Amino acid sequence: MKPAVLTGEHFITGDVACAEGALAAGCRFFGAYPITPATEIAEHMASRLPGVGGIFIQMEDEIAAMASILGASCAGAKSMTATSGPGFSLMMENLGLGICTETPCVVVNVQRAGPSTGLPTLGAQGDMMQARWGSHGHYEIIALAPASPQEIFHQTIMAFNLSETYRLPVLIMADEVIGHLSERVIIPEASAIKTVSRPRAKGRKDRFKPFQPGPDGVAPMAIAGEGYGIHVTGLTHDEKGYPVMTAEAQAAMVGRITEKITRNLDKIIQLEEYRLDDAEVVIVSYGASARSSLAAVDEAREQGIKAGLLRLVTVWPFPEARIRELAKRAKGFVTVELNLGQVHLEVERCAGGAAPAVLVGHAGGAVITPERIIETIRSAF
Amino acid sequence: MDKVKDRMEHPLDDLLRTDRIPHIWCSGCGIGTAFSSCLVALKGSGVDLDKTVMVSGIGCSGRGAGYIRLDSYHTTHGRAIPFATGMKLANPELNVILFSGDGDLFAIGGNHFIHAARRNVDLAVVCVNNLNYGMTGGQAAATTPLMSKTTTTPLGSIEPPFNLPLLAYAAGATYIARWTVLHTRDLTKSIEEAVLHRGFAFIEVLAPCPTGYGRRNKQKPADTLKLYQERSIIRNSAHPAEVTLDFEQGVTLGKFVDYERPTYTDAYDKIYRPQNLLDGDKAI
Repeated sequence: MKPAVLTGEHFITGDVACAEGALAAGCRFFGAYPITPATEIAEHMASRLPGVGGIFIQMEDEIAAMASILGASCAGAKSMTATSGPGFSLMMENLGLGICTETPCVVVNVQRAGPSTGLPTLGAQGDMMQARWGSHGHYEIIALAPASPQEIFHQTIMAFNLSETYRLPVLIMADEVIGHLSERVIIPEASAIKTVSRPRAKGRKDRFKPFQPGPDGVAPMAIAGEGYGIHVTGLTHDEKGYPVMTAEAQAAMVGRITEKITRNLDKIIQLEEYRLDDAEVVIVSYGASARSSLAAVDEAREQGIKAGLLRLVTVWPFPEARIRELAKRAKGFVTVELNLGQVHLEVERCAGGAAPAVLVGHAGGAVITPERIIETIRSAF
Repeated sequence: MDKVKDRMEHPLDDLLRTDRIPHIWCSGCGIGTAFSSCLVALKGSGVDLDKTVMVSGIGCSGRGAGYIRLDSYHTTHGRAIPFATGMKLANPELNVILFSGDGDLFAIGGNHFIHAARRNVDLAVVCVNNLNYGMTGGQAAATTPLMSKTTTTPLGSIEPPFNLPLLAYAAGATYIARWTVLHTRDLTKSIEEAVLHRGFAFIEVLAPCPTGYGRRNKQKPADTLKLYQERSIIRNSAHPAEVTLDFEQGVTLGKFVDYERPTYTDAYDKIYRPQNLLDGDKAI
C-alpha cells in the first residue's frame, strides 16, 4: 500500500501532481464528477484514497460534488473536488454556502476555453473573474494559479493550509496546459511538508458560539458529532450561528468574512518576481501564460529591453499594493493571460494611470507565444 | 409557582432551540407536528444524540434544522442530500436525519434524491409534503395534485404529480413509509425505524399548508385533517406502484418497504478497503 506522501522523484502530469498534493496535505474525502481536462484528478484520487483511509465518491453532478465536500468538511475531513468551466459554473451555488458557513475545502478548476462547452480539451484562463465573483453576494476568495506540475503539487498543499487557516473554500485556478503537462515532480519527505488544520472548538459546550472569531478574525470550528450542538446556516447569521434578518447582522457577517482575508493579505499573497529589480516593462502573468512570459523576459533582455516578470502565485486576493509600487517606477505593464482581459482589468485599475497597461491575450485554445509578448512590448513602449 | 413553571416547559425543550421560538410556521401548518414527531423519534430511538445531525434544505420545512438543539445544517435549496452524503461518508458514526419539504427534495433536489437512494447512503429522509411551495407563497410543486390551484397554476395544475414512494422504490430506497400529520404515532414509529435503519430511508409526511395551498383549494386546516382521516387507507407492505395519493379515491398510508442491502459505505469498505489493505489507524 502506497503511503499518503509519495516521497520521491516522479514524472507525472499536473492533474496527478495535484491529487498527490491533496493527499500529502491530508485530503481524505473527494467528491467527484468527471469533466475534461480535470478528470485525471478524480481518477487518481479514486485509486489512491482508500489506501490512505480516505473515501471517494463520484456524485451525480458538480452541484452535488461541491455540496458533498462541504458536508464532509463539516464532519471533520479535509475535502476536495476538481472540475473545469461547466462544472465550475454549477459549483458556484454551494461555493457561496462554503464561504457563508466558513467551511474549509479546496476546489480545483483546470480551465478550458469557454463560454459554454467551448474547447473541452484546450487550455484557457477565462474563468478568473468567475473565480473572483462567480457566486452571488459580496465576498473575498483565495485563488491560486499553478505554472507547473511541481507547483500544483505545492499549491494544493498551500490551498488546504489556507482553507484550514482562514476557514473558507480555496480555489486552485489551474489550466489545461498545466493539468495535462508531464514534468518532473519532486515530492519531499512527509516530515518536510507543513500541514495546517483548522482552529478547533474548545471550552464549555453550552456556551460555544460557532461564529465568534478569535483574535485573528477566524472562528474556531466545531465538527459535527463533537457535542457542541451547533447550528450552521447559509442565511445571514450572528455569532451563535442563528439567522438574523437585519442589515446590521448582514454588515457584521459580511464584514467579518471579508476582513479575515483583507486583514491578512501579507500572509496570504504569494508572488514570484523575475528580473524585476531594474525592469522598465513589468509583465504580469500566471499559470501557463507565465511560462511564455518568462521566456519573453529573457528574450526581451537580449534585445536590450529591460523587462521583468511579476508572476501571480496567488491571483485572488489581488496583489494591489505591489502593482501600485511597481507603477511608480515602471514604464508600463503587460498582462499576459489566456482570455481577453480579466486580471488585466485589475492591473489597469491598480496601475491607476501612473503607468500604462497593455494586454497580450486571446480567447483560449493555444498558449501565447513569447514572440507575441515581445512584439507587443516593442510596439507599446 | 411550580405549577406555572411546569406548564411553561415542554417535554421536548431539551431538543429545541427554545431561544429561537416562536418559529416561522403559520397557524394550521402541519410542519410543526412532523417536526415534533422527529424529536420524539430521535429521543425514543436511543441513538447518541451528540452524534446525531439534522440537515435541511430551503423552504418552510427546511427551517427544521434551525430549531433542533443538535448539530444542524441548513444548506442550499435542494442540496441537503448531497451535503448529508458527504457528512455521512466522512464520519459513518454520525446519525444523519434530513428534514425538508417536497419542493426542496423532489423538484430542485430530485436528482440528488434518486442517486442517494440508488447508492443506499445511510440517511433518514423525512419529507414534509404540503403539495406546494409554501415559503414563497404557494406555487405549484412536483407534488401538486392535478388541477389543484396555486399562484402559478391559477386555472389548475396541468402536470401530474410524482408518486413519491414509488419514485423512492424505483430509485432503490430500502425503507419507505407514508403518513400524515394526523397519524403521529405511526409517523413517530416510522421515523424511529428510519433513524435506526441501515441504509437510505424515506418517509413522506402529508401536512396541511393552509396559507399557501389550502386557501386556494378551499381547505381550512381542519378540512385537510378531515380528508386525511376520511380518505386514508393504511396498507402496510403495499407495493409502492399500488399506493395512491388521491383525495377523491383514497390516500394509501403505511410502511411499504423495509429491507437491507449494503450501504455505500459498506460496499466501499468491502471492495476498496478490506482490513488487510489498511496499515494502522488511518481513519479520517
